[in-house]
Amino acid sequence: MATAATTHDAHAHHEHDHEHEHHEQNFIQKYVFSEDHKMIAKQYLITGIIWAFIGGLLSILFRLQLGFPDLKLEGLRWLLGNWISAEGKLEPEFYLALVTMHGTIMVFFVLTAGLSGTFSNFLIPLQIGARDMASGFLNMLSYWFFLVASVIMLSSLFLSTGPASGGWVIYPPLSALPQASPGSGMGMTLWLVAMALFIVSQLMGGLNYVTTIINLRTRGMSFSKLPLTIWSFFFTAVLGILSFPVLFSAALLLIFDRSFGTSFYISEIYIGGEALPQQGGSAILFQHLFWFLGHPEVYIVLLPALGITSEVIATNARKPIFGYRAMIGSMLGITLLAFIVWAHHMFVTGMNPFLGSVFMFLTLIIAVPSAVKGFNYITTLWRGNIIFTPAMLFSIGLVSLFVAGGITGIILGNAALDIQLHDTYFVVAHFHLVMGSASFFGLMAGVYHWFPKMFGRMMNPTLGYIHFWISFIGVFCVFLPMHYIGIAGFPRRYYSFSTYDLTNSFADMNMFISAAAIVTFAAQALFAWNFFYSIFKGKKSVQNPWHSNTLEWTAPIKPGHGNWEGPIPAVYRWPYDYSKPGAVEDYIPQTVPFSATPESNLPEETEQIALEKDIDELHTEQRIVSAKSGGH
Amino acid sequence: MVYIVGLLAAVLLVLTLVVLNRMSVFTKGFAAGAGSDKPGVANKINGALLPIVFFGGSLAGVWSFIESAPKFLPASASEHGVHTDTMFWWFMAIVTVAFFLTSALLFVFAFRYQYDPKRRATFYPDNHRLELAWTVIPAVVMAIMVFMGWRVWRDITQEAPADAYVVEVTGKQFNWIARYPGVDDNKLGSYNYKLIDATNEVGIDMSDEASFDDVVSSTLYIPKGVPVLLKIRARDVLHSVFLPHLRVKMDAVPGMPTKFWFKATKSTDEMKAETNDPNFEYRLNCTEICGPGHFSMKMNVVVLEEDEFKAWLKSQKSFLAMNTGYLERVPARLKAKAMKYAGEAEEAPAEEAAPADSTASAAGAAASLR
Repeated sequence: MATAATTHDAHAHHEHDHEHEHHEQNFIQKYVFSEDHKMIAKQYLITGIIWAFIGGLLSILFRLQLGFPDLKLEGLRWLLGNWISAEGKLEPEFYLALVTMHGTIMVFFVLTAGLSGTFSNFLIPLQIGARDMASGFLNMLSYWFFLVASVIMLSSLFLSTGPASGGWVIYPPLSALPQASPGSGMGMTLWLVAMALFIVSQLMGGLNYVTTIINLRTRGMSFSKLPLTIWSFFFTAVLGILSFPVLFSAALLLIFDRSFGTSFYISEIYIGGEALPQQGGSAILFQHLFWFLGHPEVYIVLLPALGITSEVIATNARKPIFGYRAMIGSMLGITLLAFIVWAHHMFVTGMNPFLGSVFMFLTLIIAVPSAVKGFNYITTLWRGNIIFTPAMLFSIGLVSLFVAGGITGIILGNAALDIQLHDTYFVVAHFHLVMGSASFFGLMAGVYHWFPKMFGRMMNPTLGYIHFWISFIGVFCVFLPMHYIGIAGFPRRYYSFSTYDLTNSFADMNMFISAAAIVTFAAQALFAWNFFYSIFKGKKSVQNPWHSNTLEWTAPIKPGHGNWEGPIPAVYRWPYDYSKPGAVEDYIPQTVPFSATPESNLPEETEQIALEKDIDELHTEQRIVSAKSGGH
Repeated sequence: MVYIVGLLAAVLLVLTLVVLNRMSVFTKGFAAGAGSDKPGVANKINGALLPIVFFGGSLAGVWSFIESAPKFLPASASEHGVHTDTMFWWFMAIVTVAFFLTSALLFVFAFRYQYDPKRRATFYPDNHRLELAWTVIPAVVMAIMVFMGWRVWRDITQEAPADAYVVEVTGKQFNWIARYPGVDDNKLGSYNYKLIDATNEVGIDMSDEASFDDVVSSTLYIPKGVPVLLKIRARDVLHSVFLPHLRVKMDAVPGMPTKFWFKATKSTDEMKAETNDPNFEYRLNCTEICGPGHFSMKMNVVVLEEDEFKAWLKSQKSFLAMNTGYLERVPARLKAKAMKYAGEAEEAPAEEAAPADSTASAAGAAASLR
């Protein structure tokens, strides 16, 4: 078959190219200031993994306080210094700082940069058949802006007044007034600076993704032949480009209010024994601006995970993804609707109730495309021939978490019900399942699935299975009980429930949640070990370990600069020809023309054989163009 | 509760051990199915674990719910809360059924269609009727749910009846202050944040004659059976009024007064009887992060029969009578009227309202937390 030929071909070239490469690039060019999309993707991934462990550790610290309120934490003084009080307890302001930083890190630095940054960078050129991103330099800048943002955000943890502590949503006036909370001083300043740089990084990345997908697809790779991963990265990038600038402006106005005495968000405030002169600002304005990003952000985090899952499920169920067009349509629907539902985070802010009604209608519409996606995943499994790789398990886990967390969104999107549930643990449970854990599972599925392509080696599947099972059961043990605590009205971001609930009724439950969280977090060490060990010592990968159809598996096992030796392969068919009736193998890669598979062609596909000539002719044209531009 | 913890922990532990125990089998299975070869025993184990964990987890979930249910809030003590509670539990039932159906399909399909070398997957790329069905059905169900929710929301947020008792609640770091319009006129006096000081914590404006009989209280008293309109304000940062038993929540925003009206249906005494808890107290908690003392920002709430409430309000001295120093702030033309309220109190030497040592009190509050 054609794959075998490509493999052989690629191998021969690879050896040759390897030597060639060393002459061109020194260590710094290759690993540090790299413009190669694959290296940048790995940089994003490893930075994201480090961030995930930091963000997770912070959550364990505050779970200790919630689950074991009487525990003496003297033993952590070496790490936390004066954030441990004289009685050996966590300071309340540090508790809030932990909650804030956990949210910020996980949402932005792990699930936005770590997920989208890694896989958009890695997969877009490899799956659409491009040598690299449209602008390698911009791509490199994007990572370095992200890294600088990371360093600044991390350094704020070491301030004596602590990092930002107004919740990850940083609502003013709390975040605008240094006298309101210790974290609103220097910690908040660093938060804003870091986020401004982060937004710049995301915009550079996003523009690159969109440009690359539109312009650099290989011969024959029409939009209707793109893998769903690419579609999801495309929509994610569009969401980011349109919504991150709004967060930027929100942050900018907040900086003005904090430092230059303006009154965008603050009005009629009496604090610290004095009445502030500012009048006429609106604290609600910030919330509108923030959630105009904040809600699309949920989908920025989730869509790439759904895209990865689509690809992994189809590959390992050995079946075409069910309803390819419906999947694209639902992602498009989610992308559009994501922009017009933001105020459902604000039903009880005093916003006009009529506006609340409108946003309730819009919010519940978005449940429809989400439901379609869920059903399509399940139908893809139906009558498949499923191979449970760790990636597949994490994908099935994602679908389960997506359903479990999604259904409570129907409750929370209902303004009347949100009155009671808003800012309780019910909300915490909802979004940790549907957005946090689901996206995290998508990230893991992606790492396990594309690790062989990234490093040319395999991860240990056994450790992967164990990692999956502990994470999957653990996540439900942590977040399912939180629904109960929320139904009982417990507010979120509470250092202690001694004033909410005098009887301590959920003390045991909180202890259980904390214990489950610790076990789940500890299990991630298995992943870290597996990941870093396998980079160096993992079993060598074969050309196409999962028997997948997409283009990246036709590139050399460890693709060099430019991805393919010789010409980029052309694409003739969609990426989901798995288990096609009549075909020899249970998969037909995208590079195999219909003319080579007369035994399995559907009638309309036989007609397309005539068009293959056009695709091949494009080859000569492309060569001429790249010769002119002095390219590859 | 201990049992739930124990059981769930045990489930987690056992599964972990089972998986760990199977490591060798896994490895063997994988060794057989390495790389391009076919999946082995590991595939079977994972395939079997999926439905086992789902059904075991469902049982644990249902059981933990039954165990937790007695700790949920008692039945709503407000009129609108009864409607939202009913709707909440109906909708929860609907989505829970949807959850179990879809999850059962997901896990059972995964198990049923696991890899079998003798079989090939069915090439089944789409089915427009099926897709149409599961687009339209959720859309219709959702539309009905939204419509029902919207009707309740509309009723809750409509204008308060004209005869509602008005109570002002002001949030500040880290406590709440209630203000009543007094017994003579059901009108709150106007306020200005620039008039706030250590005594006049909500900035009552003494140049408005409606202010003279205003009563300030650190406990929130509410009459039962009649509409109560909460006028909500914040002094410094965002706060949020949350009355869990009354199903009331509304943010307090500096510079933008908000409101929420409701009708309480059970007095504190009735709730004590209903919950069988002689220590039961209604309370108001803050649900918008507002600083280190956020978690302790609570106000005691007492729901009284209407006549008891009237009697209570009558027995309260107005703010002006308590702090006669503020008579100075009353404009000359209203002095006589103001004196009527302040009159009963002896003419204490006007203590100059020192502009605010609430810095000290805020610092004190923060310090007391350490």
